[in-house]
Amino acid sequence: MTIQPSVVIVGAGPAGIRAAQTLHAHGVNACLVDEGLRGGGQIYRRQPANFRRDPKALYGFEAGKATAVHQAMDTLATHIDYRPQTLVWNAEDHRLDVLQEGRAGTLDYTHLIVATGATDRILPVPGWTLPGVYSLGAAQIALKYQGCAIGERVVFAGSGPLLYLVAYQYAKAGAKVLAVLDSAPFSAQCRALPALLGQPLTLAKGLYYRAWLTAHGIAVHQGATLQRIDGEKRVSAVQWQGSGEPQRLECDAVAFAHALRSETQLADLLGCEFQWSELNRAWLPSRDSAGRSSVPGVYLAGDGAGIMGADAAEMAGELAALAVLADHGQSIDTVRSEHLQRKLAGIERFRQGLETAFPFPEDWASNVPNETIICRCEEVSAADICATVNEGHWEINRVKAMCRVGMGRCQGRMCGLAATELVAHCSGRDLHSIGRLRGQAPIKPLPFGVESQP
Amino acid sequence: MALLKRLAEQDRPALAFTLDGEPASGLLGDTLLTAVLTRSEHLRGSDFSAEPRAGFCMMGACQDCWVRLGDGQRVRACSTLLEAGQIVSRDPGRQL
Amino acid sequence: MTRFIETDVLIIGGGIVGASAALALALKGKRVALLERDFCGSHSSGVNYGGVRRQGRPLSQLPLSQRAHEIWSGLRDLIGIDGEYLRSGHLKLARSDKDMEALRSYAEASRGFGLDLQLLDRQQLRARFAWAGDVAVGASLCADDGHANPRLVSPAFARAAQRAGAQIFEQAQVVEVSHDGQAFEVHTANHLSLRAPWLLNCAGAWAGALAAQFGEPVPMVSGHPAMLVTEPLPLFMDVSTGVEGGGIYARQVARGNCVLGGGQGFALDPGKARPGQAAVLEILRNAVELYPPLAGAQAIRTWSGTEGYLPDREPVLGPSITTPGLLHGFGFAGSGFQIGPAAGEALAQTVCTGQSTIALDAFSIRRFQSTAQRSTNVSH
Repeated sequence: MTIQPSVVIVGAGPAGIRAAQTLHAHGVNACLVDEGLRGGGQIYRRQPANFRRDPKALYGFEAGKATAVHQAMDTLATHIDYRPQTLVWNAEDHRLDVLQEGRAGTLDYTHLIVATGATDRILPVPGWTLPGVYSLGAAQIALKYQGCAIGERVVFAGSGPLLYLVAYQYAKAGAKVLAVLDSAPFSAQCRALPALLGQPLTLAKGLYYRAWLTAHGIAVHQGATLQRIDGEKRVSAVQWQGSGEPQRLECDAVAFAHALRSETQLADLLGCEFQWSELNRAWLPSRDSAGRSSVPGVYLAGDGAGIMGADAAEMAGELAALAVLADHGQSIDTVRSEHLQRKLAGIERFRQGLETAFPFPEDWASNVPNETIICRCEEVSAADICATVNEGHWEINRVKAMCRVGMGRCQGRMCGLAATELVAHCSGRDLHSIGRLRGQAPIKPLPFGVESQP
Repeated sequence: MALLKRLAEQDRPALAFTLDGEPASGLLGDTLLTAVLTRSEHLRGSDFSAEPRAGFCMMGACQDCWVRLGDGQRVRACSTLLEAGQIVSRDPGRQL
Repeated sequence: MTRFIETDVLIIGGGIVGASAALALALKGKRVALLERDFCGSHSSGVNYGGVRRQGRPLSQLPLSQRAHEIWSGLRDLIGIDGEYLRSGHLKLARSDKDMEALRSYAEASRGFGLDLQLLDRQQLRARFAWAGDVAVGASLCADDGHANPRLVSPAFARAAQRAGAQIFEQAQVVEVSHDGQAFEVHTANHLSLRAPWLLNCAGAWAGALAAQFGEPVPMVSGHPAMLVTEPLPLFMDVSTGVEGGGIYARQVARGNCVLGGGQGFALDPGKARPGQAAVLEILRNAVELYPPLAGAQAIRTWSGTEGYLPDREPVLGPSITTPGLLHGFGFAGSGFQIGPAAGEALAQTVCTGQSTIALDAFSIRRFQSTAQRSTNVSH
């Protein structure tokens, strides 16, 4: 085929960058749309141009990978149509709506790679809306991107590999880490060992962070559940529960999360089919082994279609680009494609191991206090949600219509999964049957008085 | 009184700005969130209980860090870099 | 395993018309079964703008709309919640002298129906509604019209009907309807089999298929209004607005969000719709000239719904002309929310006494019959 495909990639994290790079290597220059300023996504977010820390300080063991991704980005930026600070807020058949510097415009495509990444997965506790409380990802961004700690005396809580990584990064950077509260019991991590050995390097790093924290006198508690965060105008203490007595620990900042959740709004607006993922405890857009969605011309890569981590995102980005090329009639290196698919399958197995090591706290919904604010935008409590369920509503969009959970500015990013867990618990129905919050444009808030792009 | 604590990159040019009508300063490369929260403890008041909020996700997802600029424009503090002379004001929120 | 149900009245469609008919019938002691394909009040009845207004309706609808106004005044007692219903007033804005003249004509023509319209010139408008943009030259105010939250109100009618004894079946898609000369038989996808001498076709934008099945097709098309809601904003507007000649209408709820409508969307499939990209941008660009306090505000969500429009934008309401026992109540052209409870009541009255208190002749399905068809119909 001699006609050039018109490829748009949404998201300039590891998946989007590798996709753009792969396409460029095959003579196809994509349009790369990035909400951020300089590419890199979240995990490899680049510090502002006038910052001076070297990659090792920012990314630790991942410095090599991060640098490679950034270099790929820098090389590409001169060849491709790179659109930083650009929001994709809607999508209809082969056309994206974008907002760039307050101006509305459109981007047409023949092929679209959705690489929208992820945010932290949050299970609210009382007090989580207080100033000084952040997600684990936020705490990492504060340090990596701005050279700041979220407070003077920080407690880290939740579970997952990110918990240990960020706590370690903070302590190494000179922040005072008071404690790490991992809701996963130590036994879970032992059980997971065989599966985790599938990615020995990743496992070694995780063990290293944990060991380093302990060696430096930082309290690491396992089987420790954050119960509430106290404070008037800002954080003053946490209460947590381990195997013994409930504990109270004075602090001025808390970072917490239980792993990640995929940003799927764009895939939803594009009409992609979703299927239930037991591993992610979420409805995710379906993709084949090369990243094709159910919609012709739409491809999915990276954490935006299921959490697999940065390494997998790079591979998935390359794979999706190869699929675009193949589908457009170009010949590609099928050996490479198959190799990537095999590696991804290996990472998938490892993710199962991670879920075993850091299991989702299935008792969260039954234990969360009634007065806990679940939807922080609309200030909807657990009690409000359960009252709605008791009136007979159980489908999540219906529950949203009745009690406003998920109706605020963030459109359910922070609360949607927790609300679903609660609805399942209160109604006695299976989690997957509760459904998922329907994506509605704009994907993020749009200003009145928006002008058109000329 | 501050939320965020600077650990590194402190040797950067200072930028003067205005916060709720009072003179303030941050550093070149700060986001508005960093500039405000390294000298105070909130970014906005919540919409229904006027409780202090200071952002949450730092990646443009939670929508809890909106502040107002002098020309009436509203921006996410976590995603917007501080510029010299910016006039930043914080919405107090509302108690229903 | 099929479940057999014998009852007095079957209602297809759990929107505000069907649900209020079910409630009225149950309160009159009739046995009712209502079948809703999704969740009651989840389509147009639940996603519309939320205007509860008489002003602006064709004169033919005003008697029914006035009756609905009475029903709305007792909403809490009727359905158990106030549904955020407020008699805030409905302010219809004019952007030109021609539009203002149209408002004057309507105020004159509708005198006597109880709307008590007040015409406001530019100065008076601004004196009472300081937020109005310069582009507004005047307005017509119906002080007792208002707005409510359709997401809460419409489902509440169905729940009230259930409490009053009606059987409400949700997620019960109708797959077959037949009439054996005595009664209607309806089968659903979830294995319900129902039988009753009366059938109410309240299936909203999807009611045309049933009408056609019984030999009275209607030229109904689906419309999809573009709706948008803002983040919570400081309160500045307490009326619900309309705009003469079309344009962007807006209301502000107690929590501060502004709901705006204007322009058209499109269907994703027969059951789902979305606002068009262009319509959303139009609202964002043009709303500020009518509602200046929206400058600097953010739109956080858009949606659409599926409404049934007949060419004359009047509903089909009243008896079938082909089949005894079949009543229709659909095609409200995006204006069914306020009038719905009275439409449902009128259908219930027809079942119980043979006719409704308020004449429904103007809405008869007969008007879509060709002359040839009319002459072969059995009159009853």
